[in-house]
Amino acid sequence: MNAALQATLEFLKLYWAPLLCGVAVVAILPLIVGYIVLVERKIMADMQARLGPMRVGPHGLLQPIADAVKLLIKEDIIPENADKLVFWLAPVLSVGAGLLSLAGLAIGPAFQIAQDINIGILFVVGISALGIFGIVLGGWASNSHYSLMGALRSSAQLVSYETAAGMALVSALLFTGTLNIKSIVEAQSKEGIWFVLLAPVAFFTYLVASIAETNRAPFDLPEAESELVAGYMTEFSGFRWSLYFLAEYTNMIVVASVATTLFLGGWLRPFAGVPWLNFLDYVPPLLLIAIGAYSVLRVTKQPTQVQQLFMLAVAGLCFVVALVLAAPVVLPVIRPALREAVAPFYAGIHGGFWFIFKVSLYIYFFMWLRFTIPRYRFDQLMRLGWHFLIPLSIINVLLVGVALIVGAYFHLHGWGLLLVTTPAAILALVAAFLILAIEKQHDARQEQTAASDFYAG
Amino acid sequence: MLDKVLFYFFAGIAVASAAFMVTRRNVVHSAIFLITALLATAGIFLQLRAEFLFIVQIILYVGGIMVLFVFVIMLVNLDVALQQIQFARQKWVALIVALALAGQVGVMFWTSGKMPGQGLPVLTAVAANRLPLNSEAVAKSLFSSYLLPFEIASVLLLVAMIGAVVMAKKRT
Repeated sequence: MNAALQATLEFLKLYWAPLLCGVAVVAILPLIVGYIVLVERKIMADMQARLGPMRVGPHGLLQPIADAVKLLIKEDIIPENADKLVFWLAPVLSVGAGLLSLAGLAIGPAFQIAQDINIGILFVVGISALGIFGIVLGGWASNSHYSLMGALRSSAQLVSYETAAGMALVSALLFTGTLNIKSIVEAQSKEGIWFVLLAPVAFFTYLVASIAETNRAPFDLPEAESELVAGYMTEFSGFRWSLYFLAEYTNMIVVASVATTLFLGGWLRPFAGVPWLNFLDYVPPLLLIAIGAYSVLRVTKQPTQVQQLFMLAVAGLCFVVALVLAAPVVLPVIRPALREAVAPFYAGIHGGFWFIFKVSLYIYFFMWLRFTIPRYRFDQLMRLGWHFLIPLSIINVLLVGVALIVGAYFHLHGWGLLLVTTPAAILALVAAFLILAIEKQHDARQEQTAASDFYAG
Repeated sequence: MLDKVLFYFFAGIAVASAAFMVTRRNVVHSAIFLITALLATAGIFLQLRAEFLFIVQIILYVGGIMVLFVFVIMLVNLDVALQQIQFARQKWVALIVALALAGQVGVMFWTSGKMPGQGLPVLTAVAANRLPLNSEAVAKSLFSSYLLPFEIASVLLLVAMIGAVVMAKKRT
């Protein structure tokens, strides 16, 4: 017994920090997801020329908490003929996979729950792909036709787009030669150029494939509300339903983080290696001060005292974060002796800011697309995946490899690599469009009636 | 100590869920237990410090093949399937296969330590709290000493893929 206790203590002593971070992430993530949903509703309202949630808290800022309470106390309905155990297991699987894959992400040079794993990016991608089982099994266990249809569509969609996404990752990884997330970002800092410029086609492929994999509009066929009620989650209600919601948004964060790490320079500031652009370090604190000042200005416009207080609290929070962000930049200017001591704080805090900023931009792009492009039909989705994205990504891997060899022959580095990678990208696009055109011609000659719409519902 | 606990934990899960996988009457439940068994095997790989095998097991078998399995199972009418006899009556074939497998395992135990280790990837020593770089080691051995078997396997898979496409295509 004593030995077991000792072993446990030893284990805790080694791993208390990651364990604590893990618990913190699991605790805070639902809150973050709630606010992402609020932001999404606000953006949707903005694009549709209305106000969005305004009642709960100033500008609806407390809406996520009200929604969470509502979902928690809602009646939990399990259909009579459902497979009870699988019905219970499915949403848990979905959320579990999403949360587990967060462990591999590095938000700054120091902040990573599973420190420095060698298979880094594969771990994140592989584990987050397991979430599909939650969707498929949930759809099956509900014992409803709409749910099953949603589950079938979801698995078909994931299998088709995973290949394209994987190939896109490969062509970006060709530049780094490592799977370790930290080393990938360091490679981008060493080259002085983000991989989105070196491998634009791969970034585009990953962008489209990641929208399809997270079941977001315009590829949200598994939950197409105009055809399938709510797809695989038709029979889920209350807390179970919110678990699916949590899983979907966690997956969005995961794909956005993978894209940020691989293509957008991770936690690096834009132009991190250019000394005369160092004034960019002042942008994050100034941005937050501006938001805080705006909140203070809006205080008098709030109708009730509670809302005024809450607005003040928001402003206060912005100022505190601005102070934290400003400290590592301003202190070395005032007292140069502190430069060395402050450096790790600078890397951690500003790295975290830029990482979260880029992830937010990526998610904003998702939302923008959702409210701009109408939903695809299922055969259109399959055509786009198999006839365009997969050939494009395979050709791109080939051509990026050739470009790298040519670049190594001429000793090209950093921005110089653009000389060989840009023609490669253009060639890949031309080849993919050519394949698409040939296939279209072929289809037209065969005069097929509408493509098989087996899953079209 | 921790290694042993982890090994028996994952091994126990793997064996138990494999047994459940065979005995369940519901096909979807069998699939879930198969997934569990595969994940537990991945856990054993990780316990043996083979992180690359761990993630490949998860990505290929669990995330790829099992998704297709479940996909096909959903297209089957389970109510009809439940009426049918589940266990094929092929006792003698099963017995021979089981004996052959047992013999193979026995030979492996007998010759353990005497197997040739030529060309197998050698993991370089690293700091105690880090894992050896084994994706690099696997890649190096695949593309140097095992290049020919690797290429043969690739060509075989390609042939199988083309065959599947040809068979699935409508005859005009």
